[in-house]
Amino acid sequence: MSIVIFLCILLALWQGFYWVFVDLMEVFKPYSVPSPLGVGERFVELLSDGTLLQATGNSLLRGIAGYLIAVLLGLAVGLLINHFKYLQKNLKPLILGIQTLPSVCWVPFSILWFGLSTQAILFVVVMGAAFSIAISVDNAIKNVQPIYIKAALTMGAGKRQLYRHVIFPACLPELVTGLKQGWSFAWRALMAGEVMTTSIGLGQTLILGRDLADINQVMLVMVVIVVVGIVIDKCIFSVIEKKLLVKRGLWVQGH
Amino acid sequence: MSLQLINLSKHFEDSENATLREINLEIESGEFVCIVGASGCGKSTLLNLVAGLIEPSGGQILLNGKEITGPGADRTVMFQDHGLYPWLNVIDNVKFGMKLAGVSAEEQEEKAVHYLKMVNLLDYRDYPIHQISGGMRQRTALARALTMDSEVLLMDEPFSALDKQTSNRLRQELQQIWMETKRTILFITHSVEEAVYLGDRVVVLSLEDKAPEIVNIDLERPRHVYSPEFVELRRGILAKIRGEEY
Repeated sequence: MSIVIFLCILLALWQGFYWVFVDLMEVFKPYSVPSPLGVGERFVELLSDGTLLQATGNSLLRGIAGYLIAVLLGLAVGLLINHFKYLQKNLKPLILGIQTLPSVCWVPFSILWFGLSTQAILFVVVMGAAFSIAISVDNAIKNVQPIYIKAALTMGAGKRQLYRHVIFPACLPELVTGLKQGWSFAWRALMAGEVMTTSIGLGQTLILGRDLADINQVMLVMVVIVVVGIVIDKCIFSVIEKKLLVKRGLWVQGH
Repeated sequence: MSLQLINLSKHFEDSENATLREINLEIESGEFVCIVGASGCGKSTLLNLVAGLIEPSGGQILLNGKEITGPGADRTVMFQDHGLYPWLNVIDNVKFGMKLAGVSAEEQEEKAVHYLKMVNLLDYRDYPIHQISGGMRQRTALARALTMDSEVLLMDEPFSALDKQTSNRLRQELQQIWMETKRTILFITHSVEEAVYLGDRVVVLSLEDKAPEIVNIDLERPRHVYSPEFVELRRGILAKIRGEEY
């Protein structure tokens, strides 16, 4: 409840700022500062003509598709660098380095290789998320307590049983945390990919707002991007994470 | 059947782990052998070698005449820190080893219930691990180890992380269980009292280059820690650990 009041206060201050500095004193130009009322107006317009729903739906579909590919790739690479000492030593530092690249850096390649297409966007998403997922898979497996493995070995576990019955369940909470972070990388990378294309999506709607000097539309899309990100985090990943931790007695209230 | 250690030695590159030199020991089927020694004498190293979790630098370990090359279900270990899986409840933890071995679901259930009863934990069968006490966790680990029907049960200071009262109770129960099941047990402990209480024989590992001394405990079970014979044996072993003449 307190957060709702806080947001209302923030909105009121923002609107007040707009009235004083843009409307009254004309310090800033109206096309450079959005206002809550202006954003709300654009929201109603774009909602009623269907643009907003379509853009959000398209972006979500692309995001999810790219994310799933990134998860598969990340899992595979993560397992490989974890399993082979040679890759651990030589490839992992490289992946750690690549992971620091902002996803927008992949845009030139994606356009050259895939043109202005959905594949190009997916490529940016995959590149933006897969490496961080790979790293977190590797770390999650490394953090499995050695005693879990020792105990299983002295109960006759084979390599595959070890992965299936011990390593996988043991690293699940950390894995979910890694996948959650991977999603936020994917979602950000998606926007970097979408601003370059012309097919409808949140990123494209944002750029359209810029091109039309419609700062309220830009702001609106930014808000939608944030809201979608929060909803997915809170309604999917955090719920699973909490469930896993509660089951193991690792959940700390208010953490 | 027997477990034989022949000229077994282990040294490590780093100095963090204790070294073992030329250990010779033979354990017969159904025997309860305890290993004691000052910290740093290589008790845990010895157990890890027998478990197959580390490789010896020299010598051999034979189980029924066959050399040990790695860990296996015929030498299940009960650890000091229980090694239970927090994502499974009590009974599923007990079933874990049997599940790995491909035992049928009915037999898993039957055996798990049998051993949970034996360790007085059947009422807690569906509890998550984090909701039971340290003593109960060790009981669960004991039940799990017993389901494995290992040739040798290896116990690595299983009660030493518990409070005195709980550990006394658990060793009493373990004595009872051993009298009922006659398992072969190799038991590592730093408590001489525990060793004399439980073992048929107590192996005293020395810090120096000396061969381990073996003390036979010919006391009737159940044993009483305050009986004069018990106190005498205990004192003798403590003196050996300290390297005094007795």
